[in-house]
Order: sequence, then structure tokens, then C-alpha cells
Amino acid sequence: MDRNKINDALGLGHLSTAKYIVGFVLAVILTIVSFGLASFQGATSYALPGLFIAAILQMLVHLHFFLHLDSSSKQRWNLVTLAFSILLIFIFVGGSIWVMATLNSRMM
Amino acid sequence: MKHEAVSTHSPEHLKKVEINALGFWIYLMSDLVIFSILFTTFVVLGHNYAGSAGPGELFSLPYLFVETLLLLISSVVYGTGMVALQDNKSKTVLKALGITFLLGAGFVLMEIYEFYDLIAAGHTPRQSGFLSAFFTIVGTHGAHVSFGLLWMLIMMYQVKTRGLTLGVCSRLMQLSLFWHFLDIVWVGVFTVVYLAGVV
Repeated sequence: MDRNKINDALGLGHLSTAKYIVGFVLAVILTIVSFGLASFQGATSYALPGLFIAAILQMLVHLHFFLHLDSSSKQRWNLVTLAFSILLIFIFVGGSIWVMATLNSRMM
Repeated sequence: MKHEAVSTHSPEHLKKVEINALGFWIYLMSDLVIFSILFTTFVVLGHNYAGSAGPGELFSLPYLFVETLLLLISSVVYGTGMVALQDNKSKTVLKALGITFLLGAGFVLMEIYEFYDLIAAGHTPRQSGFLSAFFTIVGTHGAHVSFGLLWMLIMMYQVKTRGLTLGVCSRLMQLSLFWHFLDIVWVGVFTVVYLAGVV
């Protein structure tokens, strides 16, 4: 009874080892894809975008299988704060890199 | 003992645990902002080699792959610890924490050795903008992992002495968020800092 209350408060109770194993296998596959792209530079022009796609996919795998982030009502504020952080990061990371790259090309 | 267990699981306590979890998540989001700034710094400075060695000469991909696997496996082992936590098996929780600690310590030791190797060969942070940014971002991540390890030791002690009380469970849950979060940041690090530099 107490155990169930604690699980409920912490968002536990639905965890399974199988889910972690699936996440692990997916993460290993994506890691191998990333390292493979960096090691065998047969298609150089695809390597960089491929790396970033693999990284974003792997981050999503971690969020879903390890952090158990979903759209349930319990997680709503976690999602909202994550989305807001990503918006901020997009503005200042994208903006900074853009400004610095432009500055760099003007100095040439 | 029994009496205490009942009184600490009152609705107010359970509510507080939920609020704490959200608070910790917001801390992680602010940490995410810190790492994003360091990533930006790396992207801006990462090509300024100042005539010294670049990523192609300095990084060993097999070494990095082992490091990455250590951290990933530690993340999964911690996850199995959380499965044991929800089933109230404190022995298995302790075992999972111990294995996670060893894997995480292996990761940190490999990172320290890599730094030592670079610095011994004269590739210090003052050498170039690239190396300054490299040591800053990888070092910050390593410092986070090290604090996670310290926290893990404390949690092992608490599980042993207090058992799986509400407070201990709540902290174990927060440490799991922290640990998985650091693995996500590491995905960014090995992609942006190491692999994108080698490509």
C-alpha cells in the first residue's frame, strides 16, 4: 500500500527491464551508426547531417526509454519546461552561431 | 519504525515529493542551458587550431567508443535499479547502484587519462581556441559525472542505513534523472566535439 503510494508520487510503477533493454539496443545501434559515419568517410557530404540526425534520434530514445518522458498529465510541466528551454536554446545557440559565422565571413 | 513510515507518507509529504521532482527537473533544464552555451562556444572556437593539432590527430575513436559504452551501460543499469526500487527490492537497488558507480568511475578515469595524455603531449588548453573549448565542455561534463558518482555513494549509504523510505526513493529518482540527463549531454558531446571534428 505504502509502496504503491510512493510509486505513484514518483511516477514509478510502470517501469520494466524490457523497456530499458529496448532503449539500450536502440542507443547502441545509433552510437554505432554515428561512429561508423565518422570512421568510414565514403560519403563525406552525408556524414555531418547523418551524425546530427543520429544524435537527435538517440537523444529522443534516451528521453523516451530512460527518462520516460511522455505526454501524460503528470509529465505536462516537465514537457512544458523542456519545450521552453529548447526554444531559448534555439534562439541563443542558433543566433550566436549565425552572428559569429557572418562576422567570420565578413572578416575574410 | 512502523509508525514513522506511516506519518512520513501523508498526502502533504507525497505532494512535496512531486513538487521536488519538478524542481529538480527545472534545475536540469538550467543545466541544459549551461551545456548549450558551452556547445555554442565550441562550435564558434572549434576550428581555431592556432597552428597546433586538430581533432583528427588528437582523438582516438575506439577509445571514445568504449567511454561512450561505459556511460550508456551505466545508464541502463541504473534503470534496472529503478525497476527494483518500484518493486521494493533494496538489495537489488544497492547492487545496481554499485555497478553504475563502477561503470561511471571507469568513464571518469578514462576521461582523466585522456586529459593527462593530451596535456603531457603539450596539447594544453592554452594551445588553441579549439583546445580551450574542448577542455571546458568535456571537463564540465566530467565534473557533473563526478558529482553524480559522489551522490551515488551517498545514496548507497542511505539505502543501506535508512532503507527505501519516501525521502530516499525521491532522491534516487532525482539521481536517475541526473544520470540519464548526463548521458544525453554526452551524446551531444561525442557528436559535436569528437565525431563532427573528425569528419
